[in-house]
Amino acid sequence: MMGIKTRFVDAGFQKATTAAALSVVALVALLLCHMIIHAMPAIQKFGWHFLFTSTWDPVKQNFGALPFIYGTIVSSVLALLIAVPISLGIAIYLAELAPLFIRGPLSFFIELLAAIPSVVYGLWGIFVLAPFLRSDMQPFLSRYFGFLPIFQGAFYGVGMLTAGIILSIMIIPTISSITREVFLTVPSNQREAALALGATRWEAIRLAVLAYARTGLLGAVILGLGRALGETMAVTMVIGNRAEISASLFAPAYTMASVIANEFTEATGDLYLSALIEVGLVLFFITLVINIAARALIWRVSGRVKGEIRK
Amino acid sequence: MEDEVRVSDLSAYFGDTQALKNINIAIKEKMVTAIIGPSGCGKSTFIRCINRMHEVVPNATVTGKVLLRGQDIYSPGVDPIEIRRKIGMVFQKPNPFPVLSIYDNVAAGLKLNGIRKRDDLDAVVERVLTMAALWDEVKDKLDASGMSLSGGQQQRLCIARALAVKPEVILFDEPCSALDPISTAKIEELIFRLKQDYTIIIVTHNMQQAARISDSTAFFLLGEMIELGKTQDMFTAPHDKRTEAYITGRFG
Amino acid sequence: MNIYRKRKIIDVTMRAAAFLCAIFTLVPLISIFSYVLSRGATSLNLSFFTHLPRPVGEPGGGMSNAIGGTLILIGLSCLWAVPMGILGGVYMAEFGNNRLGSMVRFSVDVLNGIPSIVIGIFAYTLFVLPMKSFSAISGGFALGVIMIPTVMRTTEEMLRMVPHTLREAALALGISQARTIVGIVLKTALPGIVTGILLAIARIAGETAPLLFTAFGNRFWHQSLNQPIAALPLQIFVYAISPFDDWHRQAWAGAFVLISIVSLISLISRFVIRPRYRFSQSR
Repeated sequence: MMGIKTRFVDAGFQKATTAAALSVVALVALLLCHMIIHAMPAIQKFGWHFLFTSTWDPVKQNFGALPFIYGTIVSSVLALLIAVPISLGIAIYLAELAPLFIRGPLSFFIELLAAIPSVVYGLWGIFVLAPFLRSDMQPFLSRYFGFLPIFQGAFYGVGMLTAGIILSIMIIPTISSITREVFLTVPSNQREAALALGATRWEAIRLAVLAYARTGLLGAVILGLGRALGETMAVTMVIGNRAEISASLFAPAYTMASVIANEFTEATGDLYLSALIEVGLVLFFITLVINIAARALIWRVSGRVKGEIRK
Repeated sequence: MEDEVRVSDLSAYFGDTQALKNINIAIKEKMVTAIIGPSGCGKSTFIRCINRMHEVVPNATVTGKVLLRGQDIYSPGVDPIEIRRKIGMVFQKPNPFPVLSIYDNVAAGLKLNGIRKRDDLDAVVERVLTMAALWDEVKDKLDASGMSLSGGQQQRLCIARALAVKPEVILFDEPCSALDPISTAKIEELIFRLKQDYTIIIVTHNMQQAARISDSTAFFLLGEMIELGKTQDMFTAPHDKRTEAYITGRFG
Repeated sequence: MNIYRKRKIIDVTMRAAAFLCAIFTLVPLISIFSYVLSRGATSLNLSFFTHLPRPVGEPGGGMSNAIGGTLILIGLSCLWAVPMGILGGVYMAEFGNNRLGSMVRFSVDVLNGIPSIVIGIFAYTLFVLPMKSFSAISGGFALGVIMIPTVMRTTEEMLRMVPHTLREAALALGISQARTIVGIVLKTALPGIVTGILLAIARIAGETAPLLFTAFGNRFWHQSLNQPIAALPLQIFVYAISPFDDWHRQAWAGAFVLISIVSLISLISRFVIRPRYRFSQSR
């Protein structure tokens, strides 16, 4: 009697856990379905042109997502350009150069940056970073580098540059901590091989660590890119929210996440809403591809580290 | 026969733990000196003190003198980088740089020292790979990755890499312990030939190996050097009882 | 200059540059914290915690409903996401070494990488459209979706760390598999799992984007869970982009409270749960 009851409970329990696990799969599938269904009106009306048109005109009901795609990509790439060298420097310092007693506290503080909510970054961006850019940094760039098209034109403090800077601060903890993990998988006899040849400490890092960790580094960078692409609040608060494509980094811009955040609740009419949802769909696919690529790279280089990446 | 390396009162520490106690030893030039002893006796620590690799470990310190042709390598003005170029090292586990080709592995040290011209590099690469008895096996695949070679070949590649920067002394830290007998034999043969031009110190836990290839042997125990002498004498009639016990296999 | 000097200069320069990168990164950290502290903490008073927001443009008032709203949303999301996450994690650790498990793992990774605003859209289409109203429920759903990957992954990791011998001993004693997993394995891994849950909560406490069109925000206390509800990050956002100085002050105060909540949760998980976890491991 007890045996039957136990087997019943066991089977039930196993089914419950399986159901929970499958629900996650169902959630993802359901999300995709809902997005596609609700974006359908816009998809049917605009087709592929949606991705290549710059007009975003709610009045004339003509929607093209190009300014947002441009804004998202440019702000994220800018963030990477700033964040990658700095993250590399941090990872090198913490993994190879810093005295042992500094490593714990310093890495804690850098991780702290990751814990700050996006909206607080945005708040700081509006009231501290943007004014600083407007009064100090942008005039400087305009004066000495104004011959470059990216530093031309009027500056307001908010804009593409501000968004890129704030995004870079937000993704530095991610890139640097994964890079550091990858560095720690480099066997110490690689470094010793370089040092024994008479290499300086930097040359040993370059020869033994950086080269060995290339693939993992790339994975960390791509993962950082994925996070930058999906970032919403901080960017919305400092990017200026204008659906224009401009060569200058001083100009205001708009990202996919920002336009959804700003206009979703104000969207009049089904086509408008469905166009916004289609923007969300595009964002979904871009981040999906990037994240899969990142996982594949990190997994390839440090298969045993994969499951152990703990924060 | 000159003294290539003269060690006086060398003591080495890991933090507060003392790993080497007042070592005094003279290594003669263009000969093979073997360092033998049981695990943990300090033989690896010893040779790492000679090319100033010991201090790379955090909290590791050294006291005493190591004279390379009369010059103390630990005197304040001396740069470890210079020393490490002059004193090459081959490690226990072969460690070629995996992302570099065979050619680039050998040329790595040369490029660090600013030699970049293709012709110069070609000449050196061929010379040292020949010296390492590897040239014939790899001359057609110099662009292949360093990792595409077998264990024994990788170790010979590492030896070629060390030879490329024209060292005066070469240190071998149990170079064959990760290799099969045939590769081991090839490397022993290689070391035997190299001693015509280089001073060699080899750490080994294999006494037969020491007996085969070395001219002098030093026996280390618990951080001290117990005995140093001509290999033949050491293995037939050692002076110290502890040496005799180790050699006859009573411990270790 | 000879090559040797050049190499030394490059060495010192690059090492200094690496050090500077680390220090340079602390600058925004210090800036953010000092501003939140100076502008936020000074604007805090009792009325901040007890009063509702004043009408647009009028100074004074507080964020009591926003703080309460955040707590309620956290509660709602934990209500469904924690059990599902733990059960799912149990599946992955105990039964999941098969094709289905790989598919689940892939889905969890995908879910984890979806931008939170897209999850907000999903919650909108799933709840707000049919209900024809913004609601705490839709907000709780969105936040829960964000929580699930973290809870599931942590549960799986912690369960995998429990040694097999423990499971085998229990089964050999005749204890059913279900009771083994729940009563013994899960219990041993519990501190670690709770830490994971707390960290997930710390993360969703600060999430704004998915709430923009689900919880939506409310100037008053919500009357029921299927009405719009205020939330702290939402309120900070609305106040920050407004043209009113007094609201800006309150935004900083809100940021201070938000960061305090997040820090408190992280500290609890680090110092209260962890030491206990180490103890249970040594047993």
